[in-house]
Amino acid sequence: MTVLHWATISPFLLAILIPFLYKYVRPIHTGWFVLVLPLVLFVYFIQLLPVTSAGGVIEQTVPWVPSLGINFTVYIDGLSLLFLLLITGIGALVVLYSIYYLSKKTEKLNNFYVYLLMFMGAMQGVVLSDNLVVLYVFWEITSVSSALLISYWYHREKSTYGAQKSMLITVFGGLAMLGGFSLLYIMTGTFSIREIIGSLDLVTTSSLFLPAMFLILLGAFTKSAQFPFHIWLPDAMEAPTPVSAYLHSATMVKAGIYLVARFTPVFGGAAEWFWTLSIFGIVTLLWGSISAVRQKDLKSILAFSTISQLGLIMCLLGLGSASLYFGYGDETALYTTAILAAVFHLINHATFKGSLFMTVGIIDHETGTRDIRKLGGLMTIMPVTFTVSLIGLASMAGLPPFNGFLSKEMFFTGVLNSSELSIFNMQTWGFLFPILAWIASVFTFVYCLVMFFQTFTGKFKPENYDVKHVHEAPIGMLISPIVLGSLVVIFGFFPNLLAYTLIEPAMASILPNLLEADERFYVNIYHWHGFNTELFMTIGVIAVGTMIFLLMKKWAKLAIYQKERDPLNWFYDHSLTGLVRGAQFTTRIQMTGVLRDYFAYMCVFMILLFGYSMIRYNAFAIDTTNVTGIDPFMWILTILFIGATVVIPFINHRITAIILVGVIGFLLALFFVVFRAPDLALTQLLVETVTVVLFMLAFYHLPELRKESFKPRFNLVNLIISIGVGVLVTAIGLSAAALGNSANFEFISEYFIQNSKELAGGYNMVNVILVDFRGLDTLLEVLVLGIAALGVVTMIKLRMTGREDV
Amino acid sequence: MEILMSITVGVLFMIGTYMILTKSLLRVVLGLILLSHGAHLLLLTMAGLQRGTPPLLSLGSEAYADPLPQALILTAIVISFGVISFLLVLSYRTYKEHKTDDLDQLRGSADE
Repeated sequence: MTVLHWATISPFLLAILIPFLYKYVRPIHTGWFVLVLPLVLFVYFIQLLPVTSAGGVIEQTVPWVPSLGINFTVYIDGLSLLFLLLITGIGALVVLYSIYYLSKKTEKLNNFYVYLLMFMGAMQGVVLSDNLVVLYVFWEITSVSSALLISYWYHREKSTYGAQKSMLITVFGGLAMLGGFSLLYIMTGTFSIREIIGSLDLVTTSSLFLPAMFLILLGAFTKSAQFPFHIWLPDAMEAPTPVSAYLHSATMVKAGIYLVARFTPVFGGAAEWFWTLSIFGIVTLLWGSISAVRQKDLKSILAFSTISQLGLIMCLLGLGSASLYFGYGDETALYTTAILAAVFHLINHATFKGSLFMTVGIIDHETGTRDIRKLGGLMTIMPVTFTVSLIGLASMAGLPPFNGFLSKEMFFTGVLNSSELSIFNMQTWGFLFPILAWIASVFTFVYCLVMFFQTFTGKFKPENYDVKHVHEAPIGMLISPIVLGSLVVIFGFFPNLLAYTLIEPAMASILPNLLEADERFYVNIYHWHGFNTELFMTIGVIAVGTMIFLLMKKWAKLAIYQKERDPLNWFYDHSLTGLVRGAQFTTRIQMTGVLRDYFAYMCVFMILLFGYSMIRYNAFAIDTTNVTGIDPFMWILTILFIGATVVIPFINHRITAIILVGVIGFLLALFFVVFRAPDLALTQLLVETVTVVLFMLAFYHLPELRKESFKPRFNLVNLIISIGVGVLVTAIGLSAAALGNSANFEFISEYFIQNSKELAGGYNMVNVILVDFRGLDTLLEVLVLGIAALGVVTMIKLRMTGREDV
Repeated sequence: MEILMSITVGVLFMIGTYMILTKSLLRVVLGLILLSHGAHLLLLTMAGLQRGTPPLLSLGSEAYADPLPQALILTAIVISFGVISFLLVLSYRTYKEHKTDDLDQLRGSADE
């Protein structure tokens, strides 16, 4: 175990301690103890920056299940480190914020911080793991801890609904992803991502390439809330706001992005990868931004905005993967812009979305509502919150000079470049991407305006709020949003701070094949590009967005605008209820509680199974070579026997049926006589006599039994099933006999015949077999009889009264 | 002879199955008896019904009937006797307690 391993699992270790700290150190808010860890981790990871920016990697392995190739390998390159800094940095800020957000007196802080630390550790594990199985394990822990955090206020029905929904969707994707990982293992024989990238030929030429790709993408799309799996994210807003800020904007939803970026070297360059990512990304972008405009709740707006921004990043990753198609060369430099934009926007989104969630939390905390129809005029009352929100919203809308502007410009550049691609049929459809991206940006601008003007401008109406005295939040609560807000500004003015340290190494790990040794991407982000298409697109966004916002009163009456809930929820809800109903329906049909139905299922199944295999393998055979002749006496006996058997179902009188079954037993004994089995005949006679006597004892003295209840109804289905069983048994018997004849086995009985006197000293071979050669059977058979006798005595003697199950 | 016996076994299985598929508990037990008869006869038939003397060495014969299936059947007869007598007493007790032998009425509680 190295320091890095300890760092990875340290959140779990601290999570074990939290309940004790909560219980025994009551005066101090538990969050303070938690705060130390992400800070320490953040500093620790910061000092690894020089390694990755110089193009180096850190790799350390601890064996876990070495026999299966599963090792806890931590692997740090530019991409992992970028995510680690986001997780620990924003983690620290969120913990600090939550200390002021969650009350020490009323909330169950131990639960909260245990779940949060679990999540933090799992998320670190996801981005650090080089081993696919370990990655999957951590991936599922993020799903579980996220569901726990969403249902933190578990007495609210909406919280549990949201938690269940996110759990179902993300675990569904997680399992699909595991399938994809297994396929990768089948193709390459290793679980290590690095080794898979190393043996890329095996993957790209395999027929499992596409299934593995789509399964892994399913995992990424469900986690990162891509269309149509985005429906869980708005419902996850029932979680406490620090959770929404941390999980559902900055970290967990980016796990899918991370996965896609991580697997770009493996799958990138394929047309399917390019199209799936780009199309789903751009659809999510458009859908999310349009849906966000409809929302009336601040957190819902932010949720849909997160969905849309994630779609943007996903789309950029897809478009950028085209550069892998060309391989190393000069022309690829043009298309790597998309990847650059994706990485840059990833950082930007984490900063401004985190701060926005926190300011919304402050507004909620101080006014008691998040409904934009009730809010208004908070500008002068909450000046700090107002400033931070303004910065965040301006950045989200893509206004200069904030970092959102830069990434939006780069997004437009990436989209425009890609639309001119000459591969993957982009000549035909490429022009759609800039148009869709532009429309989505307009709507993004509109919902930013809505959030801003509805919350902070207008008249202040104190009667709308439950809280009596609305005022600015305490300073502790403001620290985190201020820090994130200043980062937005800093990255806006000095974007190249990030270029060398974070973005270039991250790009190098997403596109490792494009670099020669000792080469790196040269990233230089600057504000002024001259009067190019991107700038005019931004101006257009601002103009059209402002117009739409000003005309809001008009189109707000549209039916679609009134509907807040995403229409896709309809499918989710109905498929769930349909599933339950379908299952209940099938169960009710199948499980009738009637014994003979179950028996009929078994018979039908056996008939179908054996019948099918007999026909399929042409197994039916009759062999007449070894067949012995039939005496006239045997004809009479057999016809009598069959006749007595067939008559039984037609007899309505109880005693007659019993006697007739007795007759069949005695005829069977006669068969045994004919077939030279004296011991069998003796036993059969005795057993049949005793059985008939037992029947008589049991059924004769039952006066309360009505006679007519015995009369069965004729049932055609039963008859067909029984005929089927009979025919099947006959067919199997004949075929087996024929097979035995043709196979020419030697009979083991020769041994018994030769040795029964010599070894066992007996003349009756059957008895010698029973007690000498195979005496164990007899011992256990005696045991069976003993148990049956005991059971009979118990049933008759033991009377448990006063209970239902007598 | 083997073919005729196979058909006889088929008839026994058919009637046994039909009896088990009816409503009356007594008929189910009778059906089980028929099924066990069928199984025993099938065991004997499958071993071959060649002529020969009974498997007693004192008869001093050239060819004996196969003793092994006879031993197997003997074990099976005793076991099925044990099971069937247990079932008989069980159904007798069921009558006594529930005053019915209709399997449709013997259906456990509603939530099962």
